[in-house]
Amino acid sequence: MNKEFSVIGKSVIREDAFDKVTGKAKFADDYKFDEMLYAKMIRIKATHAKINSIDFSEIENQKDIYVITANDVKGKNLVGLIKHDQPIFCNEKVVTPGDVIAMIVGEDEDKLEHLAKKVKVNFTPLPTLTDPTKALDPDSVLIHPEEKSNLIIHHPLRKGDIEKGFSESDEILEQTYTTQLIEHAYIEPESVIAIPKEDGIKIIGSIQNPFTTRRIVSLATDLPLEKIEVIQAQLGGSFGGKDDTMCILSARAAVASLKTNKPIKIKYTREESILESYKRHPYILNYKVGYTKDGKIKAMKIDILADGGAYCSMSPFVTWRTVVQATGPYEIENVHTDVRAVYTNNPYTGAMRGFGSPQPIFAQESLMDEIAIRLGITPDEIRRINGYKNGSVTATGQKLQNHDVNILTVLNKAVALTNFSNKWKEYKKEKSVLNEYEFEKPILKKNKFIDPKKLYQKGIGLAVSFRGCSLGAEGLDETYCYMSIEKNGLVKMLTGLAENGQGLRTTLIITAAETLGIIPDKIQFLETNTSLIKDSGPTVASRGTIMGTGSVKNAAEILKERLIKIVKKGFHLDDNDVIDFRENLVFSRKKGLLTNFDFVCQLALEQKENLTAIGYYKSPEVHWNEHNGQGDAYFTYVYGCQVAEVTVNIGTGEVFLNKITAVHDPGTVINRLGALGQIFGGVTQGAGYGIFEEITHEDGMIRELNFDQYLIPTAKDIDEIKPYFVEGNDIYGGYGAKSLGEPTLELTAAAIANAIRNATGKRFFNLPINLEELVLGKKIRPQNLNRGSL
Amino acid sequence: MKIKFYLNKKEIEIEVDPTIRLIDLLREKLNLTGTKEGCSIGECGACTVIVDGKAINSCLMLAYQVDGCNVITIEGISEDGKLHPLQENFLKTGAIQCGFCTPGMIMSAYALLLENPNPTEEEIKDAIAGNLCRCTGYKQIIDAIEVSAKELKG
Repeated sequence: MNKEFSVIGKSVIREDAFDKVTGKAKFADDYKFDEMLYAKMIRIKATHAKINSIDFSEIENQKDIYVITANDVKGKNLVGLIKHDQPIFCNEKVVTPGDVIAMIVGEDEDKLEHLAKKVKVNFTPLPTLTDPTKALDPDSVLIHPEEKSNLIIHHPLRKGDIEKGFSESDEILEQTYTTQLIEHAYIEPESVIAIPKEDGIKIIGSIQNPFTTRRIVSLATDLPLEKIEVIQAQLGGSFGGKDDTMCILSARAAVASLKTNKPIKIKYTREESILESYKRHPYILNYKVGYTKDGKIKAMKIDILADGGAYCSMSPFVTWRTVVQATGPYEIENVHTDVRAVYTNNPYTGAMRGFGSPQPIFAQESLMDEIAIRLGITPDEIRRINGYKNGSVTATGQKLQNHDVNILTVLNKAVALTNFSNKWKEYKKEKSVLNEYEFEKPILKKNKFIDPKKLYQKGIGLAVSFRGCSLGAEGLDETYCYMSIEKNGLVKMLTGLAENGQGLRTTLIITAAETLGIIPDKIQFLETNTSLIKDSGPTVASRGTIMGTGSVKNAAEILKERLIKIVKKGFHLDDNDVIDFRENLVFSRKKGLLTNFDFVCQLALEQKENLTAIGYYKSPEVHWNEHNGQGDAYFTYVYGCQVAEVTVNIGTGEVFLNKITAVHDPGTVINRLGALGQIFGGVTQGAGYGIFEEITHEDGMIRELNFDQYLIPTAKDIDEIKPYFVEGNDIYGGYGAKSLGEPTLELTAAAIANAIRNATGKRFFNLPINLEELVLGKKIRPQNLNRGSL
Repeated sequence: MKIKFYLNKKEIEIEVDPTIRLIDLLREKLNLTGTKEGCSIGECGACTVIVDGKAINSCLMLAYQVDGCNVITIEGISEDGKLHPLQENFLKTGAIQCGFCTPGMIMSAYALLLENPNPTEEEIKDAIAGNLCRCTGYKQIIDAIEVSAKELKG
């Protein structure tokens, strides 16, 4: 493919950057309306309880205070993105502590805070289920009795003959890994305003997917879709996290707005945000792998349990990606995988950047390193033996073709850039250099004192992954772009895909600029509004770039064709002449420079040429057999390799992240600034997942409700991140651009875990590998929910 | 109570409830919504403004405490419609993604450069260690501050 571009691949300043550096950018909470009221949630301190009655008598006589309950929900009170199992207001029971029973609405936020305490909820606590491993026991508490089981979904995958594979193996290794619950931690807490309109409602909010929100608001209010207008405010981070929660908050605001006929704002504090919003699934992963003495993996048996928490949310799709990618990018003849997600009373889990991949990658990449160590080869060698090549067949039986299968290319590049093999051999420990603690006698004996010279141990580790682009067999995958050219050569465009803060609009502007041969400044991206354009599916699954550039390029090509006709006619050129548009200028191959873009547009409009177009892009067909997990799961894949270099203080357990080298094949880089930003940001989130982030709970009650206890990486936590792009060729999307957002995050924790193994000689099986995990080999939790000195 | 202070170089006099926070005064009463609220407990730094040359969390300061002070917010650092070098370099280095932490981040950097025109990378990291960003991984932000320091020195 021709990768000589004029705009694509350069560094382009974001179209929204000016507003963002001057404080002008309007986020949801920055909107105010006349007569706007605020809403305060009513919750109870219970993990699982039957609501007997709700007594509002103490506040009912208050002037201008409204009570909003399930009775005000004119449509369906039970909603959800896949299963309709989540109440907008929990009038019968709560199944997790974030649940909202009712809402009180009024003018003064402080007064509402005070009045909320006067609402008396009479409830009967029910037995709780917080251990996902007990969810499928026959006598287990049922979270949603109408579902008859706590099983949300089961994805089986069967390829080859697993028993034959094990019998052909020289060695068999069996290990169990666990990963933790984590929070998206977007810096902007949730906020939404519902505004009554003549015969409908308008919603402005920190909404990830306006079309999904419109659907849920429609379900709740019983208003038809066209009477609901959803506008996305500037979104202060999402990472997959402002979908279900925002749908429900929007529905609550809409219900209250319809009742009061006033604009209603819901804004969450950080505590409410962490309490109620969904999180990343904790996984328990059992891997059994058989391999030969030459390092060839013959069989892999995988059993994974995901804690879905109290509601279904996106669990079926999250775990589907897991079943497709659970072996990692390795060609294995015999695979037998079961992935299950179950209900519990824990905080519910759903979409989060990575979406079911960081968990199996931690397991499978730890496992690959263990095999290498047992065989006396290096981690890169074991991956070279088993890694996908062009034409390899995946665990789902899909033959990898029509794109560069770059797993070994990114691996070799990362290994070369970091001098990996030599460092790995140099740092390698034959046995653990960490103290073994005896918990009964917590005093260190003199012979266990650490020699200060040995306190700091260096390590290096790597991880690789392949990742299916876009939705795959999850569902219909298509996008639209409306584009028009004004008389002055200004291009306006709109897509049904929403910006999530990552810079999608700028990426799509660049794509249009490249196709039309103009500079990005000439293109204006219009506000995302559900009433103006057709649904293009959600901005999820790193599909914004691959799917969005497809429809934008299509629209721009339609317009360009028409302009070429005008140019040929206007300048009396031969039919076989070739017209090029470059940097606002128009060239003929035969006659050279003809004119500029603006003049051609003027000419076209004078000749009444139609300069509006609708671009469309549909993903190629994918197939899936849900009974045996076989099929072409995704139409294309991306590949990545990250190398972590760390120093471990073996006395305190602190892990210093010296350098992360991230080599990714995103197909084509569209905006270099944005692509680099994706790597820096994704690696940093991945590092937090690896070594410190964790939401813990006591019987479902979350301990870490704000950033004083929930620690995310700061500017001081990673010394250096080195991004590197290998741009593979692909026939799909616009200009071969694929996905980058999620691949950057999914590898980091696994690479760090392998580096810690290399530094300490000890394997860690449970994320996060925080100070306690490292030094004591277990997690330490506070004994109660009290914060600090409270 | 009535307070008088300089806000973005203009003197203002205003009646404030003694219990409201500086961030409420800025966002709710004065409609300066560039200053953001992310955690309300002084951990995330999104609400950072400058009071008498120091970066402070406006969620942790009461409004009346700025009586007689010189307060600068994100809305007050560009002059005559020209962006401050920090703003300009945040654009150019790609230091912005969602942009929610950006105002606070720029104000922390602004305070740093007031005090130390020649910061090392470590000093820059220290200055923004109290500003959380979930999108960028900080690297391009640190670059923007480094370049700005050089430009401001001339």
